[in-house]
Amino acid sequence: MKIHLDSDRCQGHGRCYSIAPALFTYDDNGQAALIVTDELADEQVGLAQLAANNCPEYAIEVA
Amino acid sequence: MAGNPVVTDWTTDFDHTDKAWAADPYPIMDELRDTCPVAHSDRFGGAWLPTRHEDVSAIANDTEHFTSRSIVVSEHRPPMELAPEGIAPPISSDPPFHAQARRMLLPVFSPQTIDKLEPSTRAYCQELLAALQGKDVVDAAADYAAHIPVRVIANMLGLPEEDGDKFRGFVLHVLEGVALPLEERIVGFQQLFEYLMPQINDRVANPKDDLISFLLASELDGKPLDPFHVVRTVALLLIAGIDTTWSAIGASIWHLAKSPTDLKRLVNEPELMPTAIEELLRAYAPVTMARLVKEDFEFQGCPMKAEDWVLLSFPAANRDPAFFENPDEVILDRSPNRHAAFGLGIHRCAGSHLARMEMRVALEEWVKVYPDFSLEDAGAVRWSGGQVRGPRVLPIQVGP
Repeated sequence: MKIHLDSDRCQGHGRCYSIAPALFTYDDNGQAALIVTDELADEQVGLAQLAANNCPEYAIEVA
Repeated sequence: MAGNPVVTDWTTDFDHTDKAWAADPYPIMDELRDTCPVAHSDRFGGAWLPTRHEDVSAIANDTEHFTSRSIVVSEHRPPMELAPEGIAPPISSDPPFHAQARRMLLPVFSPQTIDKLEPSTRAYCQELLAALQGKDVVDAAADYAAHIPVRVIANMLGLPEEDGDKFRGFVLHVLEGVALPLEERIVGFQQLFEYLMPQINDRVANPKDDLISFLLASELDGKPLDPFHVVRTVALLLIAGIDTTWSAIGASIWHLAKSPTDLKRLVNEPELMPTAIEELLRAYAPVTMARLVKEDFEFQGCPMKAEDWVLLSFPAANRDPAFFENPDEVILDRSPNRHAAFGLGIHRCAGSHLARMEMRVALEEWVKVYPDFSLEDAGAVRWSGGQVRGPRVLPIQVGP
């Protein structure tokens, strides 16, 4: 399982990096960026999914 | 609100400045969603009101059929020539111009910039609360919530803090004066620009470490930003940054005052604050945006005409049962919570990180001083109408 971030859909709401600061960060404009681009550890999957489920723009997918 | 006749049929004659809408719009939204999910009104020269999340989201993301040339519904539509910048860029701008005008502002409101403002915001909240010491009843809107964003945005812009009352006057006029005759509205806008222009001119001559100077030093398309663009953006920040956050803080305190279980939970489990803030934003989203229809166009079977208004009710989207389970219930740890309080699409509120920080700090400091409080007189609470809804009179019993 990996996190897929669609930067075109991301509008910088910042829900992901508030919920999962170990997995997501932000650039100078507040747009989301991935910290973990590799395969997620089992214990990270739930948090990644939580971030995805809170994104108002549906910009995150965990698959 | 002045002027408009009382609404008797919300499906064909809605009016978001109506007293009933200000007092409690949620039952009206629910009924519209069930019976007429895209309502119409001949008021304001023709306007539409979608109440389903799906439709609000579709319109917010459709810049092909809808323009942001004006985002405040009134009898008056700003001249076409104002496009693509609009009256207050970037909120009133359309693509492709919008992206560059917005990109310039985003670093100023990024999480890392906003973090630096937290200590001064907290100190100011403490100062406001200290001044209320000894009172048994305080007005959480007028004595507390209203002051916080005014001070924060004045400091960011480099405008005198003591002009707070003036700023609130401008905001009231622009956002709550939509039913006024055009001549009066123009005078109000003139007063705002007449207030701001000398400040802008002063920064042209003497740049300071503030947002006005930052904007004046910014470039658009490789050219220095025109002072006229700067004054309109500053007007936007002043107006958009004040009564929105004031409303969100006030509505949150109102909810906690009438919901002792939630208040107790938040006091005992302060780690709930981040999800609680999102949930309070969802349930009491203060801001409704608007678009104008570009060309005649059919949306969900509705014959929208060029220059019709469309109200983008994020509050209605946030209460859609097709999108949220038990939407009328406030659940402090609700998850997931893909609420649309800060809008959706390219116009997502640029100040959302600032607003969240102000809300969190204001609530944290409030419950620290008042871990137990209630509505002093529920009937005395007054809500603003129009496109920014929040308590304007909010008497809270904080003492015995």
